[in-house]
Amino acid sequence: MKKLNVSRGFLVFVYAVCILLTILSIMPFLIMVVNATRSTTEIQQHAISFLPSTHLLSNFQILTGKSFNPARGFLNSMIISVGSTACAVYFSTMTAYALVVYSWRLRQPFFTFIMAIMMIPSQVVSIGFYQFIYQIHMTNNFLALILPSIAAPTMVFFMRQYMLSTLPLDIINSARIDGSKEWYSFNHIVLPIMKPAIATQAIFSFVNSWNNLFLPLILLTKQEKYTMPIMVSLLKGDIYKTEYGAIYMGLTLTVLPLFIVYFLLSKYIIAGVALGGVKG
Amino acid sequence: MKKKNKLSYAKYGYLFSIPFVVTFCIFTLYPVIYTVIIGFTDLKGIGMTKFHFLENPFQNFQQILSAPTFQTALGNTFLMWGMNFLPQILLALVLAAWFSGTLFKVKGQGFFKVVFYMPNIITAATVAILFGALFGYPMGPMNDLVTRFGICDAPYEFMRNKGWARGVVAFIQFWMWYGYTMIVLISGILGMSPEWFEAAEIDGASGWQKFLYITLPNLRTILIYTLVTSLIGGLQMFDIPKLLVNKSGPNNATLTTSVFIYNQAFEGSYMYNRASAASMIMFVIIAILSAVVFFLMRDKSEVAERKELKRVERERRKALRAEGRNS
Repeated sequence: MKKLNVSRGFLVFVYAVCILLTILSIMPFLIMVVNATRSTTEIQQHAISFLPSTHLLSNFQILTGKSFNPARGFLNSMIISVGSTACAVYFSTMTAYALVVYSWRLRQPFFTFIMAIMMIPSQVVSIGFYQFIYQIHMTNNFLALILPSIAAPTMVFFMRQYMLSTLPLDIINSARIDGSKEWYSFNHIVLPIMKPAIATQAIFSFVNSWNNLFLPLILLTKQEKYTMPIMVSLLKGDIYKTEYGAIYMGLTLTVLPLFIVYFLLSKYIIAGVALGGVKG
Repeated sequence: MKKKNKLSYAKYGYLFSIPFVVTFCIFTLYPVIYTVIIGFTDLKGIGMTKFHFLENPFQNFQQILSAPTFQTALGNTFLMWGMNFLPQILLALVLAAWFSGTLFKVKGQGFFKVVFYMPNIITAATVAILFGALFGYPMGPMNDLVTRFGICDAPYEFMRNKGWARGVVAFIQFWMWYGYTMIVLISGILGMSPEWFEAAEIDGASGWQKFLYITLPNLRTILIYTLVTSLIGGLQMFDIPKLLVNKSGPNNATLTTSVFIYNQAFEGSYMYNRASAASMIMFVIIAILSAVVFFLMRDKSEVAERKELKRVERERRKALRAEGRNS
């Protein structure tokens, strides 16, 4: 064993900080999950407890007895997130392919242009976006939230970087000699090679879309179209004012799918962040 | 022949870019132009789409800039962003130095990274309401804690206090993002040549000196990236201030510009024109700040160094060529 060249006290300090931060990360969710099983009276007596109680089902009934419909929210969020993720990864890879494989006159200007629009903040153009969608009668239509992700400049940028380092152009040339059409080559040769990058980008795109509140909130006004984050914002309303158990229950239900996805894919997610593959 | 071959494929470059360009024009470019135009008009009222240009085209902008609520919102946004960013970048730097250090290996690193990053993927709306409940009055978990340990005799209404309300918003942002920043910084440090650190070690540099003179200067680009993205994200802060406290807290203590824009356009009197003007002001502020940050953090010595390197290389080549001619 190599002798450590830092003092013991320092090491204790390092671990103490790490453990403290771990508690900080987990504690709010732990309280949330435990309180989801406790009745409102129990929570009013002591709001912190680590012993689950037996009111899981009654909390769920109170929650769904009012305007909160977790199944509907889950389904709506799923449709939007899957749709926009599919659009984003497929068309970003395609745009990156155009930038990497073909030499055309506007290639460099187009890439510069993509770099320039990467920083456009989405919320500051929301008024014009809303007015436009309203005029073409697409409010309360999921397509208004799905189709815009076809143009995802950040993702194009990272797909391009990945493609430059991993896609051998010889493969495409030999496919051409074998008579493969460009479109076919892209779908059957390039997409499989890009799988690792597509997987990473898909995770982040999905999570971003799933968590998005601003645009769905202004576009979706019908109750049956609400996404998960809009459902969550209902918990803030007066109808749940004193139903503490039900509020924690609702929060838990929205977090649960994300927890499952995160702990299954955490390895890839952390690696993806390290690659710089997420928008801050 | 070869050239002709290349030319015949060029059209696919255009073809494969069409979906991106068309979507961008419809869903981003057109809304941008539209937002700019609305800013100069009298468009307001729910469901209204018709508008007229104002006689004084800058009326909305003047009104927004002189509105006390907008000034408060702008101030709050910067304040809460700063309160979250400074501790965030410091903690992330310290953790990154520990986790990527050569002096000692933190056991369970993988676990810590996963746990620290976790809050980032949770829906911000959920996090906001969860913290609202944690700091609830009279019987939230926080109040349970302070009364049980006798810090306060009676439950305290945290969200009625300006400082607490802002502090909690800033804390949530910090809590959600330090793990992300840490991982980005770690990957930046791991990308540095280990030889630099070995050389410094031979010269007897301490861990602190290595961090100060090797790690930090070489992280410059990544730090700029983090700063700019955090700034752009922070100036658009919406979910958390919107949902943490009702009506943006006491005296609009947690009102941010994004919440202000939302309230102008989609609540009350639906003033799309003023919301557009406020959006454009934010757009300009973000653009200027990004430019300033890039300019300030631009490495002058590196630019000079690169020039110097090029010059040396050119001379070396010249010398080599001369040598080749001589032999």
